Amino acid sequence: MTIAAESVRPHHTLWGDAWIRLRRNKLAVTGGVIILLITLLAIIYPFFSKYDFASQDLNAILQSPSSEHLLGTDELGRDVMTRLITGARTSLMVGIFTQIIVLAIGLPLGAISGATGGKTDNFIMRFVDIIYAFPDLLLIILLRSILGGSIYMIFLAIGLVNWVGVARLVRGQILSLKQRDFVTAARVFGGTGGYITTRHLLPNSLGPVIVTVTFNIPRAIFTEAALSYIGIGVQPPTPSWGAMIRDGYNVIFAAPHLVLFPAIAIGILMLSFTFLGDGLRDALDPRLRR
Amino acid sequence: MTRYILFRILWLIIVLLVVSFITFSLMHLVPGGPWDKTKTLAPQVVEALNKKYGLDKPFFAQFGDFLWNILHGDLGVSYTLQDRSVTSIILQGLPKTATLGVIAFILAILIGIPFGMAAALKQNSIIDYLSVIFSTIFASIPGFVLGILLIIIFSVELHWLPTGGWGSVQQIIMPAFALATLPAAFIARITRSSTLEVMRQDYVRTAQAMGIKQRVILVRHILRNALIPVVTMAGPELAFLVSGSFIIENLFSIPGIGRMFVNGVFARDYGLIMGSVLFYGFVVAGLNLVVDILYGVIDPRIRYD
Repeated sequence: MTIAAESVRPHHTLWGDAWIRLRRNKLAVTGGVIILLITLLAIIYPFFSKYDFASQDLNAILQSPSSEHLLGTDELGRDVMTRLITGARTSLMVGIFTQIIVLAIGLPLGAISGATGGKTDNFIMRFVDIIYAFPDLLLIILLRSILGGSIYMIFLAIGLVNWVGVARLVRGQILSLKQRDFVTAARVFGGTGGYITTRHLLPNSLGPVIVTVTFNIPRAIFTEAALSYIGIGVQPPTPSWGAMIRDGYNVIFAAPHLVLFPAIAIGILMLSFTFLGDGLRDALDPRLRR
Repeated sequence: MTRYILFRILWLIIVLLVVSFITFSLMHLVPGGPWDKTKTLAPQVVEALNKKYGLDKPFFAQFGDFLWNILHGDLGVSYTLQDRSVTSIILQGLPKTATLGVIAFILAILIGIPFGMAAALKQNSIIDYLSVIFSTIFASIPGFVLGILLIIIFSVELHWLPTGGWGSVQQIIMPAFALATLPAAFIARITRSSTLEVMRQDYVRTAQAMGIKQRVILVRHILRNALIPVVTMAGPELAFLVSGSFIIENLFSIPGIGRMFVNGVFARDYGLIMGSVLFYGFVVAGLNLVVDILYGVIDPRIRYD
């Protein structure tokens, strides 16, 4: 018996399929393109700018946007455009590095918890519950005041608090995957626990993890901005959008643009990540596969 | 049910104990003591101060004292605001933070539920699209960014509202909105999706087939069931309001607990920091407990074992 040609579907992998669906989602594409543009600008702009983010020009303070200074100057005569784009570096670095820490802690702990079960699982999950019971920002501020100074410690403080979400997610995924036939099959063929976890359980829970990380990035960016805004984040002269808002706030009546631009920048970057995250979530949902 | 509640309360106590222990140990790791900020003090003075506040005792003895005092409603003393107990500082800030939080929460419900319902009832209409677009935007823009935009528009440009402070109705409008938009957006999203879900249920179709008025179906059948997931989210949302209030209180110069906590962190005021962390922990954990119990009351299908 031959199979009718039209009944043979073109072969699609899950990821190929997701990519096709993601590209069809206009909002997600817009978000992704904006993130790429901001990233590119943040990398190359400082090389082309006439101004340095820290150099002051006290003859040109609090200027409104002009052709000389596209977004004006701040209270120390620094070019706002340059500072804003260098600030994007800070924000993007916070977004990426905190998530590396989150994954480095959350993935293994969640996997161990879900794969082994029993007492280990109970212990890890109760610890996760305790961290979960607290408003994140409170714990981050606490850690921040203990870890002290540098920007890396901000990554660490945010990462150390936010991994619990990923750990819970991975554990849940693995618990449900463990019941599936292909895992039973792998076990029947003699796969050890470690092999099954790393080859079958973890790769199959990757989709939701990617989505969560995409949503975590804007939260981390916001957290850094908030910390810098209240004065315990990135230290000057390194530009950070939160710190720019705090400094500009003192002269808000004289130069509202100093506060307006970084506020809009935070809003746009966070919105872009949310659009991309929404798109990824829909794209990676196997129930929507065709 | 009683067993479940007792178990939850026990768990709450364990959580608070662990949290206070973690906070307490972390605070001891902080480089620099509470007397570092002011001008260098003579060693004898430092010794006397340490003795007065019990800081010369061993670690676990200090922790024991701390717990014992908490049991008596005493969250310790502030190291920077002399002669003030943390309890009195918190009680002074609490009415402001609570008023702001409650107003924001009510606003969030009043905005979120009607918009979510309207969007679901007129699915794919212009109202639906607008509601989805706005809830997506407001769900991802942090309150303090929105607060800044509000200040620029209503204080700097229009001179309608004061930039901050506490005491008058005008002063509360902007911070309440800035705090409410994010939970409002979440509530609108959840209400929309759960209403769409409920509208497809057989019991709604049955009610329609029986010729019951649409308004009655809406209130008795749809609303009641659609709001269950909204209540589940109320706990995390309240926690959100609490976190949000740190920044909003600072932005709008509101003398609430959030602002005092941030000041405490700056001044390395261990007493104030530990006291407020514990207080926040208690409030958030307690609210979550109440929400979980309410959940069972609203939805009789849920059984606790």
